[in-house]
Amino acid sequence: MRREWMEIVDHSAVAKDTYRMVLKGQIAEEVEDPGQFVHIQVSDRFFLRRPVSIADVHPDKNEITLLYKVLGDGTQALTEKRTGDKLDVLGPGGQGFPIEKDVREALIVGGGIGVPPLYYLAKQLVEQGIKVTTVLGFRSKEEAFLIDEFKALGALYVTTDDGSLGEKGLVTDRTDELRGSFDTYFSCGPTVMLKAIANQLEDVRGYISMEERMGCGIGACFACVVHTPEDDEKGYRRVCCDGPVFKAKEVVL
Amino acid sequence: MDISVSLPGLKLKNPIMPASGCFGFGKEFAQFYDLSELGAVILKAATGEKRYGNEAPRVAETSSGMLNAIGLQNPGVEKIVKEEIPFLKTYDTPLIANVSGSTMEEYEQVAATICKEVDALELNISCPNVKEGGVQFGTDPRLAEEVTARVRAVSTVPVYVKLSPNVTDIVALAKAAAAGGADGLSMINTLTGMRIDPATRRPIISNQTGGLSGPAVKPVAIRMIHQVYQAVNLPIIGMGGIETTDDIIEYLLAGASAVAVGSANFKNPLICKELIEQLPEALERYGFSSIEEVIGGAHHETTASGLFRA
Ligand SMILES: Cc1cc2nc3c(=O)[nH]c(=O)nc-3n(C[C@H](O)[C@H](O)[C@H](O)COP(=O)(O)OP(=O)(O)OC[C@H]3O[C@@H](n4cnc5c(N)ncnc54)[C@H](O)[C@@H]3O)c2cc1C
Ligand SMILES: Cc1cc2nc3c(=O)[nH]c(=O)nc-3n(C[C@H](O)[C@H](O)[C@H](O)COP(=O)(O)O)c2cc1C
Ligand code: FES
Repeated sequence: MRREWMEIVDHSAVAKDTYRMVLKGQIAEEVEDPGQFVHIQVSDRFFLRRPVSIADVHPDKNEITLLYKVLGDGTQALTEKRTGDKLDVLGPGGQGFPIEKDVREALIVGGGIGVPPLYYLAKQLVEQGIKVTTVLGFRSKEEAFLIDEFKALGALYVTTDDGSLGEKGLVTDRTDELRGSFDTYFSCGPTVMLKAIANQLEDVRGYISMEERMGCGIGACFACVVHTPEDDEKGYRRVCCDGPVFKAKEVVL
Repeated sequence: MDISVSLPGLKLKNPIMPASGCFGFGKEFAQFYDLSELGAVILKAATGEKRYGNEAPRVAETSSGMLNAIGLQNPGVEKIVKEEIPFLKTYDTPLIANVSGSTMEEYEQVAATICKEVDALELNISCPNVKEGGVQFGTDPRLAEEVTARVRAVSTVPVYVKLSPNVTDIVALAKAAAAGGADGLSMINTLTGMRIDPATRRPIISNQTGGLSGPAVKPVAIRMIHQVYQAVNLPIIGMGGIETTDDIIEYLLAGASAVAVGSANFKNPLICKELIEQLPEALERYGFSSIEEVIGGAHHETTASGLFRA
């Protein structure tokens, strides 16, 4: 983990209010697992950093790709950055998705802006010869992204709230039907979605990536804490350093 | 320039240390730099038993600062002594334990246990984020004096009382701590605040209120230290919004003998180390030749102030 001024080498819109930013620097060399994140200081105007997942890594070029959606002032201000600008980045942070040796067939379930870290994960899974099936949920067609990229890696099912792309409905409509075709699932998205998936696939090995508001992003301030089931001795996990990826049953959703 | 400072129980290589709750127990920051470079380390709060703290969200951004309502989450004093302090002891820097509690007895118990392992105590009678105890000890001068005296009686190391800015008369509280036998003061803790999300129409922080820190509180802290320095003869560790060497000089001029850096560690994990490196040059730039000259400097007419006025 380091603090570095990374250079923005590409920055463009990919969907409604959604941007792709490619950053160059040493942090790219230090990424260990898919699902890790960087903590971004958008500008002096903001007191807290913003956590954003690493969506792809190109170690040969020292580059990482981020995909972010404009949700408030910080992400809005991020859109004003230009190619060639330097960005104050802390990372890579957190524990990503583990890929156990016995995984043969994986199901990936992503919702909205939870999709980005799953792309780097899917690439790693395919590289290791694991069959990947993906279910992505978006609000509508204009908010969807990474569709072709996921298609290139395996079977892809898309659901949208309004039916403008793929099937109208929720990711859980699809995942239920896919039961039996995977031994492990990996999911990232809104907490309600994670909860629905974890309940539906209770008997399957699963990993989920969580979001919480952060202070330090390195494990020191205890801002990002979530509960664990009652039998856990420690009683809590920090999303920034124990997570953001957890075993589905490790934390209370 | 020699920037070392001697305070009761503390030989500081430099007057800069991380503030309580903003540095955990040091481990996370040790991956960024050698903690031996720090003037001292103030540990995260210790209570008698383990505490989970408040529900999330626990932080919210504000203009020039942040609100937090962690709620003193910690593993309890026994575990801190057994599992956290040994790591910090491998570094060559004094340790200050932050002692918290809900009752007089809990403060005494925590202080008596942890004082054997550290160089000084910071008595936290000012946490705004716990329902019972905590801040009431810091807003009622009678209770402040009593808890200070009781902790002082059980502690084998000097006690710095951490004052709450959430009071009308900070001098009354400082005097109460002095009357209770405090060896020093630490100020300020966070200012109680709130933010409401227009979209949900609810406070952002689940505890509703949180403690404000960062540059937003610095002028309040400077004013309070300036007042207390004149009224009470105790060394002060100053804190609130420090991000630059100019901020540190301001604190020293107001009357602080050393400073703590809190939430700025979240922005830049290397901030303490960088400030330590920059301080001698910054002091020279303003014409200071020793650190003693700066401390309380705003309270006397100096040649330098005449010089800059001209
Ligand atoms: C581990 C992790 C990975 C993430 N990865 C991505 C990603 O790849 N792409 C993406 O678009 N978004 C991602 N997010 C969410 C992203 O951090 C927030 O959308 C962003 O912080 C909002 O900032 P803002 O200033 O625009 O919004 P504001 O609401 O103005 O932000 C105010 C404060 O709340 C915090 N905050 C608001 N929403 C969230 C949230 N959902 N999670 C955490 N903090 C929040 C902000 O960081 C800031 O401190 C991730 C969050 C986490 C925790
Ligand atoms: C996340 C967070 C946790 C804190 N926890 C404690 C604590 O446990 N005990 C304490 O005495 N002060 C605590 N504080 C207060 C700081 O030590 C400091 O007094 C205050 O933040 C002002 O300094 P700053 O503006 O540099 O952050 C905490 C502050 C923050 C931001
Ligand atoms: S954000 Fe500080 S501990 Fe996780």
